[in-house]
Amino acid sequence: MKRIISILLENESGALSRVVGLFAQRGYNIDTLTVAPTDDDTLSRLTLTTQGDDEMAEQMVKQLHKLIDTIKVVDLTVGAHIERELMLVKIKAVGNEVRNELKSCVEIFRGHVIDVTSSTYTVQLAGDSDKLDAFIEAVREIGVMEVVRSGVSGISRGDKFLRV
Amino acid sequence: MPTMMSGGEIVIRALKDAGVETVWGYPGGAALHIYDALFRQDDVHHLLVRHEQAAVHAADGFSRSTGKVGTVLVTSGPGATNAITGIATAYMDSVPMVVISGQVAMSKIGQDAFQETDMVGVSRPIVKHSFLVTRTEEIAETIAKAYYIASTGRPGPVVVDIPKDVTDPDYKIAYKWPANIKMRSYQPTDKGHRGQIRRAVKTLVEAKRPVIYTGGGIILDNAAEQLTQLAQKLNFPVTNTLMGLGGYPATDTQYLGMLGMHGTYEANTAMHHADVIFAVGARFDDRVTNDLEKFCPSATIIHVDVDPTSISKNINAHIPIVGTCSAVLKEMSIIADELEAEPDKEALANWWAQINQWRDDKGIYTANRYAPSGGDLIKPQDVIKTLYQVTDGQAFVTSDVGQHQMFAAQYYLFDKPRRWINSGGLGTMGFGLPAAMGVQLAFPDAPVACVTGEGSIQMCIQELSTCSQYKLPIKIISLNNSALGMVRQWQDMNYSSRYSQSLYEESLPDFVALAEAYGHVGMKVTRYEDLEAKMRECFELRDRVVFMDICVDQAEHVYPMQVPGGSMRDLWLSKTEKT
Repeated sequence: MKRIISILLENESGALSRVVGLFAQRGYNIDTLTVAPTDDDTLSRLTLTTQGDDEMAEQMVKQLHKLIDTIKVVDLTVGAHIERELMLVKIKAVGNEVRNELKSCVEIFRGHVIDVTSSTYTVQLAGDSDKLDAFIEAVREIGVMEVVRSGVSGISRGDKFLRV
Repeated sequence: MPTMMSGGEIVIRALKDAGVETVWGYPGGAALHIYDALFRQDDVHHLLVRHEQAAVHAADGFSRSTGKVGTVLVTSGPGATNAITGIATAYMDSVPMVVISGQVAMSKIGQDAFQETDMVGVSRPIVKHSFLVTRTEEIAETIAKAYYIASTGRPGPVVVDIPKDVTDPDYKIAYKWPANIKMRSYQPTDKGHRGQIRRAVKTLVEAKRPVIYTGGGIILDNAAEQLTQLAQKLNFPVTNTLMGLGGYPATDTQYLGMLGMHGTYEANTAMHHADVIFAVGARFDDRVTNDLEKFCPSATIIHVDVDPTSISKNINAHIPIVGTCSAVLKEMSIIADELEAEPDKEALANWWAQINQWRDDKGIYTANRYAPSGGDLIKPQDVIKTLYQVTDGQAFVTSDVGQHQMFAAQYYLFDKPRRWINSGGLGTMGFGLPAAMGVQLAFPDAPVACVTGEGSIQMCIQELSTCSQYKLPIKIISLNNSALGMVRQWQDMNYSSRYSQSLYEESLPDFVALAEAYGHVGMKVTRYEDLEAKMRECFELRDRVVFMDICVDQAEHVYPMQVPGGSMRDLWLSKTEKT
């Protein structure tokens, strides 16, 4: 099953490569990876998604925790959580009919057209990964030219939070 | 006025403040400022090896025999990459070590400069942690952190890579050694969970067929005494892994011998039939378990380890306990007393009767299970037995990798921890000789034997020169069978005796002459009748390096040997007999 693993990491050079290296070394795949400093600029928040059963996920979390630069590690998929991903898509948009169809599709998915030329629309969309996949499917026949996805960011629901 | 120091001076002073007395290493361009600072003081002693790999193995042997952190100093590029095999060896066996490597100047990093290698990158998968020091101001604290990380939790090697300009002799700053190190991202667990320990004690005393299975964690954490006390209080059988030999006294009747691929029949069979396995400081390595699916089918597993990732990695633990071996074992003894828990005496009596039956039937300590030596035929097992007798079981024994290593592990009975020093995890040929140098440096008056073969010894043989320079009178016990013995054994068993590249034919050097060329004593033994006398002569030459070139039976195999894909008790006991 899909796992969303969230990590608080010392914002130091080489820290990210240790996380990525660990996955390569232990034979786990990374499906998506996002990383950026937090409000405390000595800390980075890293979210990665991967596939694995409970045992594998437990081992991954333990291995990540063992890295000296990691401060906290959680498998968000264990509890209630919110996931969001940002996607930018450039789509071929020629002719009124197609352009109208695209606009309504973007509305249905609660996206925004953020750039327009006479032959293209660039659409911004945020949501969970399934929603982004569904949008791509919906507009695929019209002509998807380029897709840029940010990878998943995640946060737990309710009062729980991940902080030093 | 604080003392003003250059980066090079700070490195050496920080080593002193970290408690370091000896450093093994090899100078070169990027490390020369540090080497100059080393020259101008007397607190930290440096030993010059002949190859950086040996510097790391020597520091490793020093660490394993003393429990202190080993220290290595090398230069950038080839100096750093030559150290890699040694670092990987230390990492696999959780040896505390700090490796300081010179690096090209900050302004040259990334320019493919002369002798530039991304040491932090190259070493990343084989270190506990690594640092690239970018400012002189960071040196002292980084070195303090390196020693703290290397020696706490599950120990391991830490690399500190220092660019040349950071050690510039003309840039001086105030030196300050950090009094104590705190890291928000690194807080190793010490004591185990009390509730879990209680559960473990209850499970243990209810056991009918228990086995205590311990590994290198007992040695690393100096927990041999606690283990011995608890095991004897419970009257439970004990088996040690290759890394754990000496964790429990091998001459005690409760000891079953080593377990695993070349473990004893009684240890492996007892494990297979156990209803409770109490694993302490061991990691269910593939050289122990054989096929995971068939591993100990009826056992409840209690697993104590300081490293949470070792628990339930290969074998699911029913009662996991994260903590240091010493702290957890101590706590267990206390709880056992509180509960006034008594093990099931009747069940244990039956269990011991069964184990003793296994020992008598097929154990390697109750009878010789191999053909006798005599005349020109010297059995490798008998070389180890002779070594054991001649040294009264009191030697430090380092080993290389192969058949000789397994024979030494089987037939040299270690009653004390830190006496058996071998590369168990990585299996590094070439480890034995430099490791013995580290041990001999730490224990100048103790007998130190390097059990090796004519294959392994040639992988770091240049260190015979280092032994001369620092008067390290180690005894090299080389089991010469003119073949890569373990490779040859596997080729016998799995490749219809096609000896692909495992025979030396007539290419071996005259080892006696070679030893003499380095100023040492060489001895060649070809007849079994001479073995003991020559070995005694060897150890009587207390202040000399002696190289014993002992011609042993090429056809001999190491047994028992687990049958691949089987359970623990599925063993070859000889070339023709299988359980």
